[in-house]
Amino acid sequence: MKYKKVIIGGEEFMIPKLATVGNSILIIGVVAMALIWSTFYSVGPDEVGIILRFGKYVRTTQSGLHMKLPFGVEKVLKPKIRKRFTQEFGFRTVKPGVQSTITKTGFGNESLMLTGDLNSAVVNWIVQYQIKDPMDFLFNVRKVEGTIRDISEVAMRQTVGDRSVDEILTFGRGEINQEVQAVMQQILDSYGIGVQVVLVNLQDVDPPPSVKPAFDEVNAATQDMDRLIQEARREFNESVPQAKGQAQKKIRQAEAYAVERINLSEGEANRFISVYNEYRKARRVTRRRMYLETLAEVLAKIENKWIVEGNDGGILKLLDLNLKKGEK
Amino acid sequence: MKGSILVILILAAFIVVSSSTFVLHQTQQSVIVQLGRPVKTITEPGLHFKIPFIQNVRIFDNRILEWDGRPRSLTTLDKVSIYVDATARWKIVNPLKYLETVEGNELIAQARLDNFIEGAVKDFIADNTLIELVRSSNRSIVTTGIDETGVEVRSIMETPSIEKGRNTLAGEILNRARRDAAPLGIELVDVRIKGVNYVESVRQKVYERMRAERMQIAARFRSLGEGEKSRILGDMEFELKTIISGADRRALEIVGTADAKATAIYAAAYNRDPEFYAFTKTLDTYRKTLGKNTSLVMSSESEFLKYLKGVEGR
Repeated sequence: MKYKKVIIGGEEFMIPKLATVGNSILIIGVVAMALIWSTFYSVGPDEVGIILRFGKYVRTTQSGLHMKLPFGVEKVLKPKIRKRFTQEFGFRTVKPGVQSTITKTGFGNESLMLTGDLNSAVVNWIVQYQIKDPMDFLFNVRKVEGTIRDISEVAMRQTVGDRSVDEILTFGRGEINQEVQAVMQQILDSYGIGVQVVLVNLQDVDPPPSVKPAFDEVNAATQDMDRLIQEARREFNESVPQAKGQAQKKIRQAEAYAVERINLSEGEANRFISVYNEYRKARRVTRRRMYLETLAEVLAKIENKWIVEGNDGGILKLLDLNLKKGEK
Repeated sequence: MKGSILVILILAAFIVVSSSTFVLHQTQQSVIVQLGRPVKTITEPGLHFKIPFIQNVRIFDNRILEWDGRPRSLTTLDKVSIYVDATARWKIVNPLKYLETVEGNELIAQARLDNFIEGAVKDFIADNTLIELVRSSNRSIVTTGIDETGVEVRSIMETPSIEKGRNTLAGEILNRARRDAAPLGIELVDVRIKGVNYVESVRQKVYERMRAERMQIAARFRSLGEGEKSRILGDMEFELKTIISGADRRALEIVGTADAKATAIYAAAYNRDPEFYAFTKTLDTYRKTLGKNTSLVMSSESEFLKYLKGVEGR
């Protein structure tokens, strides 16, 4: 190996001197590498190749391996035309995943807005867009992302400003998504930005934090109202059928009494009639027989019997009615 | 020595070529300046030539550029303090004028736009009410309420109608600022009102009003619930009384009918011989009423004992 002596700023350096042939091979090799490197390029499946010759657009190539003029004469730009770009408003996804972690602090300027009834609401939403025209996308607007952000806020605030706080919080959400998307697209098209808004989707929409308890209070009150009504209905439904049963019972009891009463009366009447029919045949003797039979039956049961002479009732005055048999 | 001359020649050629050509990108436009005097505007992208050393090239963007204002505290015609945040888009349409008026310096251009746009915003907001700034159409606003039975109903809200609205106002602001910006070689493409919000002190009052509104609705729900409960319980009382008293009436009627029927049956039977009925009934009564604990005092003169004194019964 040969060395060449070089003096720089008073100091001596030994620089290795390469063989001339080897030198040339090295230079040719480097040039060839640079030629290949700057000639071939590949366009990914989700991309399109936009070729600029000295900064001027000359052609578009689809995905695959291609050639262009080397050494910076032609340059390639490769926008991702199939990718869906997402922007978040009022929050940012910190850690994406099945359960994404998001943060909302510090984005109040984006999300706090006035409603058409001059109330305030905190609105979070996302916007998704795709490149519609790669040329327009690359060449017409300087800050595409920032412009889409600005216009998205413009469209959302305009739409929310034409609605009541109730519409925003509850039933008007689908309509808002559509209108914001339409307004955004119309403004962005007027800039020729080359982007298609694919989706506008409201996320959390809330009243301002310090008003939220009052909104929750309304929900609680609705539930209280429902509960009170349910309680009353339950009481109604419990007691009315029960009363109907009791009423039925009373009526059936009365009907039972009626059947019994009529049966008994008919039985007794028939008995009387039967006896009477026989009695008619021999009145005197039957009458006497009945009397005596009755007395026999009755007197047999009575333990204290007193017989007095004549019709003198005087003895009754002295009679101790409490005196029982075997007592003196 | 020979090699050194070659190197110097190559270097010189490079300097001449690089100072006599320039590349204009698809997104750029340029002005050729000759000895400090602009001579030519070139907007076509590609490779271009100029006279080396005496001609300079100034390159500008030809795309739509952004302008973003700071939120500013302003007062509307109806004396509400609000923050207004505007955003605008502009482009350099006359690079020559742009170079002459703002030295081709974007920072200076932005500062001039600040004046034009913020000035216009301030004037137009001071001349309009808040509602004109918030609403952009006279679309009917729907709110939810509750009717007397507690059912949620939607109704169209009474709101003051607007004459212009946000977009028309933004258009007027744009027109004025556009006129101001034109002499700078700048075309103002668009001005939009991005955000309108209450300043802090107004905000607290609005929140207070919102809270009060909601509390009122909540109270209304609760009292509706109480009222409905009372109504149902009243209905229940009525139902119960109707059912029970109806049943009582029916039962009494049944009993009465049965009693009447029984009476008729007895009467029909006993009327055949009232005296015999009295006789048998009396005997029955003896059987039932006289028993073990009865003390009976009988006269020997009685019908029953009359044979006690003799066969003939005296």
